[in-house]
Amino acid sequence: MSVESFIGIGDRLQPSAAAILRRRVFGHTTFVFGAGTLAFILLVALNASWLAPHDPYAQNLAQRLIPPIWNADGSWTHVLGTDQLGRDYLSRVIYGTRISLLIGTAAMTMSGLIGTTLGVLAGYFGGRIDLAINFIITTRLAMPIILVALAVAALAGSSLENVILVLGLLLWDRFAVVTRSVTLHVRGLDYVAAAQAVGCSSLRVLASEILPNILNAIIVVATLEMANAILLEAALSFLGVGVPSPLPSWGLMIAEGKEYMFFTPWVITIPGVALFTLVLAINLLGDGVRDLTAPENRN
Amino acid sequence: MTALLAVEELHVEIPLALGTLRPVRGVSFEVERGKTLSIVGESGCGKSLTSLAIMNLLPRGARRTATRLGFGGSDLLGLDEREMADLRGNEIAMIFQEPMTSLNPAFTIGNQLEEALLRHRKVARGEARARAVYLLEKVGITAAPERLRQYPHQLSGGLRQRVMIAMALMCGPKLIIADEPTTALDVTIQAQILHLLAALRREFEMGVILITHDLGVVAHIADRVAVMYAGEIVESGSVEEIFARPLHPYTQGLMRCIPVPGKSRRGEHLGSIPGMVPSLIGALRGCAFSNRCSHAFERCAVESVALGEIAPGRAYRCLLSAEACARNALEAAAQ
Amino acid sequence: MTPPVLEIREVERRFWVSGGAFKATRALSAVAGVSLAVRRGEVLGLVGESGCGKTTLARMMLGLLQPTSGTILFGGEPIEKLDRAGLARRVQPVFQDPYSSLNPRKSIGSIIGLPLRVHGLGTRSEWRPRIEEMMDRVGLARRFYRSYPSQLSGGQRQRVAIARALIMRPEVVICDEPTSALDVSVQSQILNLLQDLQRDFNLTYVVISHNLAVVEHLATRVAVMYLGRIVEENETTALFRTPRHPYTQALLASVLTPEPGLGVPDTHLGIAFPNPLEPPSGCPFHPRCPHAIPLCAAQAPERHRFDGAIAECHLYDDIGQNSGKPMI
Repeated sequence: MSVESFIGIGDRLQPSAAAILRRRVFGHTTFVFGAGTLAFILLVALNASWLAPHDPYAQNLAQRLIPPIWNADGSWTHVLGTDQLGRDYLSRVIYGTRISLLIGTAAMTMSGLIGTTLGVLAGYFGGRIDLAINFIITTRLAMPIILVALAVAALAGSSLENVILVLGLLLWDRFAVVTRSVTLHVRGLDYVAAAQAVGCSSLRVLASEILPNILNAIIVVATLEMANAILLEAALSFLGVGVPSPLPSWGLMIAEGKEYMFFTPWVITIPGVALFTLVLAINLLGDGVRDLTAPENRN
Repeated sequence: MTALLAVEELHVEIPLALGTLRPVRGVSFEVERGKTLSIVGESGCGKSLTSLAIMNLLPRGARRTATRLGFGGSDLLGLDEREMADLRGNEIAMIFQEPMTSLNPAFTIGNQLEEALLRHRKVARGEARARAVYLLEKVGITAAPERLRQYPHQLSGGLRQRVMIAMALMCGPKLIIADEPTTALDVTIQAQILHLLAALRREFEMGVILITHDLGVVAHIADRVAVMYAGEIVESGSVEEIFARPLHPYTQGLMRCIPVPGKSRRGEHLGSIPGMVPSLIGALRGCAFSNRCSHAFERCAVESVALGEIAPGRAYRCLLSAEACARNALEAAAQ
Repeated sequence: MTPPVLEIREVERRFWVSGGAFKATRALSAVAGVSLAVRRGEVLGLVGESGCGKTTLARMMLGLLQPTSGTILFGGEPIEKLDRAGLARRVQPVFQDPYSSLNPRKSIGSIIGLPLRVHGLGTRSEWRPRIEEMMDRVGLARRFYRSYPSQLSGGQRQRVAIARALIMRPEVVICDEPTSALDVSVQSQILNLLQDLQRDFNLTYVVISHNLAVVEHLATRVAVMYLGRIVEENETTALFRTPRHPYTQALLASVLTPEPGLGVPDTHLGIAFPNPLEPPSGCPFHPRCPHAIPLCAAQAPERHRFDGAIAECHLYDDIGQNSGKPMI
């Protein structure tokens, strides 16, 4: 029993839908924090060339493993210190945002397209199509992503493109399962039957009636999968089958720094914190979107 | 006869971002032992919230105030949650509209019936089971011992509602609050369930509050009627008085809206009440029905109207005199 | 004689339901042989309780579901011959739940105008005036054109659904419980509206409802369904005055009119509720029928025709002798 059901729909006190939305969006702390942090990271990625004080690939063996500014031996030349090859860490972290965001977005988009298509088709048409797609989903779930990535790296070498391909072609299962179930629910609603009775083709019903109403579920899954892709890339790079050296992937930075972990811990904590912040921001954003769109859709 | 339940000046407030919502605004009524009071109104009039307020089961954020909520000898206002929980299901039982969601699908009927009793009384499980069988038979369910082992999804809607009634009776309550108990049921089953409720009420000498929007149900089962609109009681009286001589323009309007087989003539319009319920956020000025009333005049929009008693147990809330109201009804009927 | 605007001939619809992990699938006969004919300008009321098949029948009439056997004809043309557009121009629905029959992401104008866009009726510039004219007709203020369904009340949403159904001027409108989800005062407004529109546009309605009072008010003919079959059909006044089938009588007896002092009726139906997966043998109503005779369990009754009426009941088997008068 929702409180809203008791409000008499008198025109007097009803603010516009846009005003209500604005109030809810900006009042929602998790969403604001998540979106704000993500926006900041995006800005850093877009402006990396201005923001980075040094070339992230420039090696200087005389300047190896200089500690960050808060350490006694640190200096302002290298705010976050340098790594084992003398490359400025701050610049590498800044350029690393590009890799993470690129991989996250590309993998999310590719898997999103695949998974949503499969899920919507399975949910809308049901029957044999549903059975076939369920079989495909089960097959995919049986594949361990890390092992596939290892195999691909062995066969085709490791590269940024390969990482995106592997993740994009394997991370669609949650999309498919979620969109299938939401589509099943929406398909049973009267407005879909009305559109069919009006004479809409299946394509039109899918695009016009079903898709807009499952969008918020898709967005929530998309943020989850983006975070997932970023973490997986870090893991793959750590294992040596992801993004190749010398690209400033945060996962790779952790891998390359693990030998120096006990003497110069910053080489792994700094990229670790960066990863954590980005993934947290994306998850909070997803939480916020889910909260903000859920009550409206409880028709 | 002292009333079983006496409600005085019950208010419910819900603070919202847009303002304070007041869905129940000063409701007072009494329920006597062995009698059925029906609270009638449309959606949003506050009838369900009134019953939830009495039971202290309001949604989070809602506040209730009342001058008095007397039940038996005690004042419900002064009871804490543990004492209220002891009363619920025990001395006051509720029956809701959707029997599927009121019954737990994961447990058998027998389990749920026995739990209803064991929660409040220290008796052996065998005794609880015996009472469950007794009540299932009382509500007209055959093969009761076998039914105890069934799950809710194995029963039809009518049967489930009978189980709900049996469950409500397990502890021998003094008062039953039934909120739209037959709305979700088929017409033929509805008649049976109401028949059953009336018989049980007589046999067990309980008081019943029946909340509904269906005037047909009210006519057949209620002793007294309270008509609610926009959070207030706008008219009350015995069921015969309300139907024979409805006074408040809203009650009259409602009666004219309903198609009655044999009475309304096809091809002609049904009566209707134009406009919509006003917003209950913030303070309301004047009579809540004035924006839809065909007999409203200037004072109606500014003066608040109290519930005026014209005879013991007969009251209505309107600035017009009772004679004027009755005249309006006759004129409308003649058209 | 012109063919009826809508005709249903021995239509059946079966669903296959799995019996569980180790049992075979069973057939559920939702509609088990229904024949109806509706003439132009008529309002056919279809009454029955849950599980009787009326919603399944409605979906078949709208072309949303295919019959497993039998045919549906519009103006003599079988439904299979009509393309999607042709069928949509002939028959449109008004559904029960105003909260799920409108796409929450579309504006009112877009919802009402959907048929125009899909069928390319008229030019773009003509759409808005047509939509607004339709809004006037159904009593919706024009300022709601850009509003969303969540901003409208139940009665207003139902008006939107009616506007959407009528904007293409269909021949037949299938109203599936059009007012059951609405408040009493709003219900009467919508019923009045439906009546007026039927007259103004010379529409033919099939009104499905479990509310007999509503059906009696709107319909010219009534068909009573039970477990997938039509057990009685007659002109409205005649059916309400002298119902023939025991189920119809029980239904009518259950109607609670707002007249105190009558007490709750006892319909003598017993509580054995039929399981559509295991329909009773012979006449599907016999386990609950107060007038059942041994023949009822053994043999399904024939469809007896009277003067403009139909009743499927063994009590009328000897038509010649009793000249079709109601037996009870």
